[in-house]
Amino acid sequence: MLGALIIVFREAIEAGLIIGIVAAVTQGVEGSRRFIAGGAGAGVLGALIVAVFAEQLSRAFEGSGQELFNASVLILAVAMLAWHNIWMAKHGRELAQELSAVGKAVARGDRTLFALATVVGLAVLREGSEVALFLYGVLASGESGTSVLIGGLGGLALGALTSFATFFGLVSIPPKKLFAVTTAMITLLAAGLAAQAVAFLQQSGTITALTDTVWDTSWILSDKSILGRVLHTLIGYADQPSQMQVVVYVLTIVAIMAATKLTTMGAQPPAPAPAE
Amino acid sequence: MNRIATAFLILITGFAGAASAETYTLTIKDHKFDPAELKIPADKPATLVVKNLDGTPEEFESKPLRIEKVVPANSEATFQIRALKAGRYKFFGEFHEDSAKGEVVVE
Repeated sequence: MLGALIIVFREAIEAGLIIGIVAAVTQGVEGSRRFIAGGAGAGVLGALIVAVFAEQLSRAFEGSGQELFNASVLILAVAMLAWHNIWMAKHGRELAQELSAVGKAVARGDRTLFALATVVGLAVLREGSEVALFLYGVLASGESGTSVLIGGLGGLALGALTSFATFFGLVSIPPKKLFAVTTAMITLLAAGLAAQAVAFLQQSGTITALTDTVWDTSWILSDKSILGRVLHTLIGYADQPSQMQVVVYVLTIVAIMAATKLTTMGAQPPAPAPAE
Repeated sequence: MNRIATAFLILITGFAGAASAETYTLTIKDHKFDPAELKIPADKPATLVVKNLDGTPEEFESKPLRIEKVVPANSEATFQIRALKAGRYKFFGEFHEDSAKGEVVVE
């Protein structure tokens, strides 16, 4: 039971944090809750479909289907987050440093709301399919299904709790500072997801360069531990990253910051492209 | 001219030899790995096939090998392992961490 709780919670942390951040970013925006719930719902549905077709998926693309699927999902999420930041920077000047104004501005551009809902959906999709497979495996092998299910549900509940804690933690930040904080958070979140995408592409052999490990801090903080997972999502912490992961992480941050800078300077922003 | 051609051939075949990685197989049965200790030579890339003979999915995971992948029930997954330095590289099945454990021993 405890084992199931920990496994499910570990998977749910990432989606939980992302939902909490998105909820805080879109606080006060009309219809934002519906968008987030819709994104999460679509993610759950997608996760179940992925779980059902796990076998076909892993056989696709010469056995690299899973990796390529995960990497695509991550890159799409990075693009959405980058776009949101750039959009917010563009409209930043209209915002009278008041959350309600942020709300109105975002409400006028609910395309960015759609982008964030997509990010939520993709996070739930990726983590959810693993949870679904794990729970299915448990039930199929008849390992005292009830207690494991209770553990699994407990893990999900803890994931939801993570969302609330993140949300309330963020909205307790003074409104003047919140915008800067969430912008920085989304940038780091995007960089971390981009580095994760690299890990999948290296695993599938799509990227073969710079595979050496840069550092090994797994003895200090494993990115499998609960705290490690939280940092993994928030700032992209990895305990044994490859060189390419570090390069892409830094490039993503630089690219997003440069794009938002250009936008605020009134220049024509370049199209936000996820770091290659 | 011939010498150059020969050198060129050696170069090509040498590369071809390096690229054709030896294949090693791990099986999962009753949530246990067989062999639990897989020996592979150092400094050579290798291909690893993980066969899941159980009726339930397993997530094959190894931090040091940088692998994380769900292997569905009754199917197999193939991994390309980079040339490794001598040492022990742990792997485990995340869905059954208690029993599904093993190491790749690189010598």
